[in-house]
Amino acid sequence: MGNPCAVIGVGQTAYKTKRLDVSMAGLLREAAQRALEDAGLDWADIDAVVIGKAPDLFEGMMMPEAYLADALGARGKPMMRVHTAGSVGGSTAIVAAGLIQSGVHDRVLTVAWEKQSESNATWALTVDSPHSTSLVVGAGGYFAPHIRAYMRRSGAPDHIGTLVAVKDRQNALKNPYAHLKIPGISREMVESTPMLWEPIRYLETCPSSDGACAMVLASESAARSAPNPPAWVQGTSMRSEPIFFAGRDNVLPQGGRDAAADVYRQAGITDPRRELDCAEVYVPFSWYEPMWLENLGFCGEGEGWKLTEAGATALDGDIPWNPSGGVLSSNPIGASGMIRFAEAALQVRGMAGEHQVDGARRALGHAYGGGAQFFALWIVGSDKP
Amino acid sequence: MNREIAVVAFVQTRHAADSGGLSEVEMLAPVITEIKERTGVHRFGFTCSGSCDYLEGKPFAFVTALDAVGAWPPISESHVEMDAAWALYEAYVRLLHGDVDTALVYGFGKSSQADVRKVMTAQLDPYYLAPLGPDQVSLAALQARAYLERAGAKEDDLRAVAARSRAAGRDNPYALHLEDPDGSQGYDVAPLRPYDIAPDTDGAAAIVLAAGDKARELCERPAWITGIDHRADAHGLGVRDLSRSESARIAGERAGAAGVEVAELHAQFSHEELILREALGLGDDVLVNPSGGALSANPIMAAGLIRIGEAAARVQDGTAAKALGHASSGPCLQQNLVCVLEGEPRG
Repeated sequence: MGNPCAVIGVGQTAYKTKRLDVSMAGLLREAAQRALEDAGLDWADIDAVVIGKAPDLFEGMMMPEAYLADALGARGKPMMRVHTAGSVGGSTAIVAAGLIQSGVHDRVLTVAWEKQSESNATWALTVDSPHSTSLVVGAGGYFAPHIRAYMRRSGAPDHIGTLVAVKDRQNALKNPYAHLKIPGISREMVESTPMLWEPIRYLETCPSSDGACAMVLASESAARSAPNPPAWVQGTSMRSEPIFFAGRDNVLPQGGRDAAADVYRQAGITDPRRELDCAEVYVPFSWYEPMWLENLGFCGEGEGWKLTEAGATALDGDIPWNPSGGVLSSNPIGASGMIRFAEAALQVRGMAGEHQVDGARRALGHAYGGGAQFFALWIVGSDKP
Repeated sequence: MNREIAVVAFVQTRHAADSGGLSEVEMLAPVITEIKERTGVHRFGFTCSGSCDYLEGKPFAFVTALDAVGAWPPISESHVEMDAAWALYEAYVRLLHGDVDTALVYGFGKSSQADVRKVMTAQLDPYYLAPLGPDQVSLAALQARAYLERAGAKEDDLRAVAARSRAAGRDNPYALHLEDPDGSQGYDVAPLRPYDIAPDTDGAAAIVLAAGDKARELCERPAWITGIDHRADAHGLGVRDLSRSESARIAGERAGAAGVEVAELHAQFSHEELILREALGLGDDVLVNPSGGALSANPIMAAGLIRIGEAAARVQDGTAAKALGHASSGPCLQQNLVCVLEGEPRG
């Protein structure tokens, strides 16, 4: 894993349908400025900048690091752009952490974002290409059959997805940055919304958001002078597998299992449900909570929905999942993974505000992407590894 | 972290102006197969690639490329939407952590599927510059003019770069084989003539990095990376001196470019080589682009990685003790990466 690495600054924008008040550069700068303030640093203190976002077609801007170099103070510095599909926010944080863990740099600024209002993500995901047939379904149409397969395999009752949709939106009411805030959110309200992709109802999906999330990562010596408590990186892992081949388990992908096993090994965790205090997990469609509970080893196969139903993943449960409200409440796609990683850090720093899990000392951040084939995970803790 | 890391293998396609009906996966697969056979390594500790969705005109160019890699069981993998030289940098940093010993890096691009000079407009400031529609060659011509005026160089100096590059390219079985520049050709965008501009090229390349004893085991004469650094300049063309490359100068200094015998420069226009020579302090005694450089074959997203591979090849075949590979990204050399390779590890 290399040298110790700490999160010493976190900055988020408010997540909204349209941030017409700022350009893309302005959006990123807002998050980055807040992360620098949290870290007690100025632009000149940063050694390198690592940015990430989902496909360039989402905003119609190719290789955006070129344009963003000026706004992110990268002139004369190293600047990189990571792209690993929906997991990119997590992968970007891991690449940035790698620059600290390798001893190359002491203070790295990392930012991920999406400004969906500048273009149309569903269009960008369904354009035709010369060599493959477009599915013309967007992400929901792609994942719905996998959810249906999970329901059949596990025997989960139909209302489990509804419970997740309600729970995450209740959490979002406690998060000042969350996009969807629905006072009085209830099962009846979710069940009354239209069916989009059977079995996914409108309120069981994530919104389209504009937003950016930034972190300042630091070496041990640089973390010593940080004004606020650090979150120490205790493990990171990335896994990828091909999207289509016979025999691939789309419901519980091997890549997710392997990445989880890898990151638990690094952090010395054998029982994630007991040893972690909370988790921020990429759940863009409500049913992915029980699916990922199983894939990440929080319970046995076929048991995930029972944890959700019993309230184990609620803010007052034994293993809160997505206390921030999660992707179901805010989804600036390229940033969504980094928000998970950053919210995990905020929890173990004791800086999560109203959605703080009392006494959280160790938390998981998770992101996935593509056809549930790219995985990025990290574990952060209040103790230095 | 202090760890010796080397280029142990480099494979590229025989680049073509148009690879016809080959998909990216079909173009890449033989390269990956060959580099696995050559190293005898079939599972790598880390894999990283560089590609560009805008060349394909659809999102996720790198997702289908995984089919060529053999990512099963699942692999530890990442991707940059940049030239694969930056993927090599990410892999190099990953190897510094000490827990893995090998990394596969690859890049690929099919320029024939797109109008590159127009596509590149999409990487400009989306509010103030891209809507005006300046194309890549027009911006390069601004830089060429700024350089010629500041340095007192002539258009003949540009043609000399093109002539030397094309002659070298004709000796390189992987490059396009282009005729001697014809000085009577008119301008494309003044002061650049068609031969001053890198040709549209389809191609792919891969490199295997290995650390310490693993590198010695996989390769008789590893090309050790003794310095690697990359830097960015401002995007706004009006706020930097276009006739110079400050980012290349810093990257060269930090990577230890002084004393190299061979330099492979990712110059996509003749004048870029002259700007880079100056920024990197390369004297007349330095052999520049013996492969023919990007002016002889420029498969976008792989061309920078190929420069590092070609520089490493000079170290591996013993013709150079110290060589440099350079990659560039962004309009008018906005970002520059310098990788210095040596036959024996430093110290």
